[in-house]
Amino acid sequence: MRAQPAHRASVMGRWRDWAPLAVLVVLCLVISLFNGNFLTIGNLLRLLNSAAIPLVLCMGTTFVILMGSIDLSIEGVVAVTAVMVSLLVVNDISPISIGLWAVPLAILVGGILGFLNGFLHVRLKTPSFMTTLGVGFAGIGVATAVLGGFTARISDQTFRFLSLGRVFDVPMAVWIALGAIIIAYIIQERTRIGRWVYAIGTDEVTARNAGIPVERTRIMVFMIAGLFYGLGGVLLAAQFGQGHALISQGRLFTAITAVVVGGTALSGGVGSILNSVVGVLIVVTLANGMVLMGIEPYVQQGVQGILIIIAVALSLDRSRLDVVK
Amino acid sequence: MSAPMTPTLELRGVSKSFPGVKALDDVSFSVRKGEVVGLIGENGAGKSTVLKILNGIYQPDSGTVLVNGKPTILTSPRNAFDNGVAMVFQEQSIIQNLSVAENIFLGREQEFISYGLISKSRMNAAAAEELKKVRLEIHPGKRCADLSFADRQMVEIAKALSLDRRMSGQVTILLDEPTSVLEKAEIGLLFDIIGDIKERTAIVFISHRIEEVLDITDRTFVMRDGRVVAEMPTTEATIPDLHFHMVGRQLQQEYYRESRQTVPQAERLMDVRNLSKIGAFENVSFTLHAGEVIGIAGVIGSGREELAKCLAGHTRFDGGTLSIGDEQIVFSGPHDAVSRGIGLVPAERKVEGIVTSFTVAENITLSALPAFTKNGVIDFARESAVSENWVKQLRIKTPSISTLVSGLSGGNQQKVVLAKWRVAGVRIVILDHPTRGIDVGAKEDVYDLVREMTADGFAIILLGDTLNEVIGLSSRILVMRDGAVVETFDAPTGGKPDQVDLVRYMV
Repeated sequence: MRAQPAHRASVMGRWRDWAPLAVLVVLCLVISLFNGNFLTIGNLLRLLNSAAIPLVLCMGTTFVILMGSIDLSIEGVVAVTAVMVSLLVVNDISPISIGLWAVPLAILVGGILGFLNGFLHVRLKTPSFMTTLGVGFAGIGVATAVLGGFTARISDQTFRFLSLGRVFDVPMAVWIALGAIIIAYIIQERTRIGRWVYAIGTDEVTARNAGIPVERTRIMVFMIAGLFYGLGGVLLAAQFGQGHALISQGRLFTAITAVVVGGTALSGGVGSILNSVVGVLIVVTLANGMVLMGIEPYVQQGVQGILIIIAVALSLDRSRLDVVK
Repeated sequence: MSAPMTPTLELRGVSKSFPGVKALDDVSFSVRKGEVVGLIGENGAGKSTVLKILNGIYQPDSGTVLVNGKPTILTSPRNAFDNGVAMVFQEQSIIQNLSVAENIFLGREQEFISYGLISKSRMNAAAAEELKKVRLEIHPGKRCADLSFADRQMVEIAKALSLDRRMSGQVTILLDEPTSVLEKAEIGLLFDIIGDIKERTAIVFISHRIEEVLDITDRTFVMRDGRVVAEMPTTEATIPDLHFHMVGRQLQQEYYRESRQTVPQAERLMDVRNLSKIGAFENVSFTLHAGEVIGIAGVIGSGREELAKCLAGHTRFDGGTLSIGDEQIVFSGPHDAVSRGIGLVPAERKVEGIVTSFTVAENITLSALPAFTKNGVIDFARESAVSENWVKQLRIKTPSISTLVSGLSGGNQQKVVLAKWRVAGVRIVILDHPTRGIDVGAKEDVYDLVREMTADGFAIILLGDTLNEVIGLSSRILVMRDGAVVETFDAPTGGKPDQVDLVRYMV
């Protein structure tokens, strides 16, 4: 009598594990039926290229969400780092140029902003929702103030190679995203932080009882997320060849959608980096497919909105929910 | 047995109070290496408080905790663990999405880390060792979500036992109702394991199944009302003995206002026939009359909490019928039950019974708000008048009706909940532990209210905090065990059943 529900839960769990991948495969099949160009090498590379930046951003967001928190500062942090890096390589506004050294510096600044997210959230005991929203807005503000509303144009070709260059015919951005995935996967599977994220997201009391330094872990996770956003900012600047405050517009929603569509639960404890990779591919493939099918951009946005609601509805185990806030 | 040696873990004269309750009063307790000590008592006797102190969740107000004879302050469960005390929780503390090995060593990954990375192979190998101790043949890399409930319990025990190899000092394992979630064969296995590890460790075993305590322990402590009332070698203990100590002497009759107990009237308010809910209770039947108090006695896991929630429309039943008056009903939710005159006064008052950020008046009218509105706007004058009236009638101690209910004492909060149901026109009130966590004076007020309600023709279903309370207040008592009503007692004024009779059916 008691074993039965547990068994049912694990069958459900398995279905949930594979559902996102199944959705991705079906999506690809359906689109290729409508448009023969979809499954060409050229289009697939284009698709991966547009997935690169969302992938990098999602690597950070996934850890935060696994922990049961949320990070709404993505656009702010990305804007700050993109603007910063654009001013530190050869550009038409600032005379400074430190070349590729600007990259680690921008990533570091992303990490510092992430640390700020975590520190304020933990120390002031403010919900991560509000703290990160605030830091994000402040970030956009700083990025706007620094450039005074102007756009910095990048003419540093070495820097732009980070996004546009090709190795074995595959865009550099895709290689970098792949590297980010591997690093995130190692963090998840092979480090204490990675394990603790699951423990905190599942049950903070248990985590605390096990002696896990919950507060420090939270701060660390927000910081790791910030590092990935910093890298995202660098790639964005390299891709567009410019830096301005609104460069990151729309990135937050895409990132959260992708994480959730991939099957990581907003309540924490359930999901993984690989889920988010599938989630990003679903979102990007859908967007790519809609373009191929000639669907209007505004309709596309609507479809994304509906998608996230469906994904959340499917990912919840409603039998265990008493209260929905 | 042998010459007395230093206890591995000991409490000396420990007291602990919570607002309104003295949870532990001068408790002394000890356990030595090589013995299994049983700790028994009714719900609320103080067992879990003792455990929480031994496990570092609570710190005593006075008295000392001694580890291997040395006074020690256990600051947290982790700190207790590092001092050689491991607890196997009743509610599982397994992280479902981590592997068995990762759960066993959660928070203690350090020994498997090199260059910042966890060596899964070394961790799995170490976990395999621990799993052998509990005779569990599963791969340590398996995700815990994929294990059966019983296997997860064994992993939990393996986690506690992993201390054994890693401690130079002596180890105490606290088992909190470890058998309540296990089937018979698994219980046998658990007892074998306890036999295996007993030589090396001290074990505290808590169970409400007295037979198990007699079976497995060497020494037994009996607790009642926050005190240790008996300590004996288990070989000298008998079941009636233990029952007697658990229950204690009779309390003064008038404490429960027995003389004001009403004789049930002919009017049938609720009729329950063969009500069942899979995994919770089955074939429960009774008829509730106006003016009647039906008490339900049973230990945790007897199914009485689930039954109460079901009767109040919070959950659905799977079989049987429930009639209010002459009409058979399936509630669509708690609001449906309320509209048919059934109100639940829940045990978790703060969570379920009151809205703490509302005033006294707002809470009182909460469930009957439509009756206080005119064209969609609340009629504040009427709300105030009605609330004032109930505050007076129920003697709710509050500065005013516009005071936030969170500022009231537990007993007065409870009265607000009762007022809310009376305003809502409820006739059947389900009281789930109505006196939990409130002081003696407030308890007596609640008993007065029960008598006043039945005199007004209400019917009450009572899940008492103690057995005494159930016997004292009820006119009929259903004893539940493992989801079934195993015995029914009539409890008229002057003809109350004995507690020992009830306990016999409960455990």
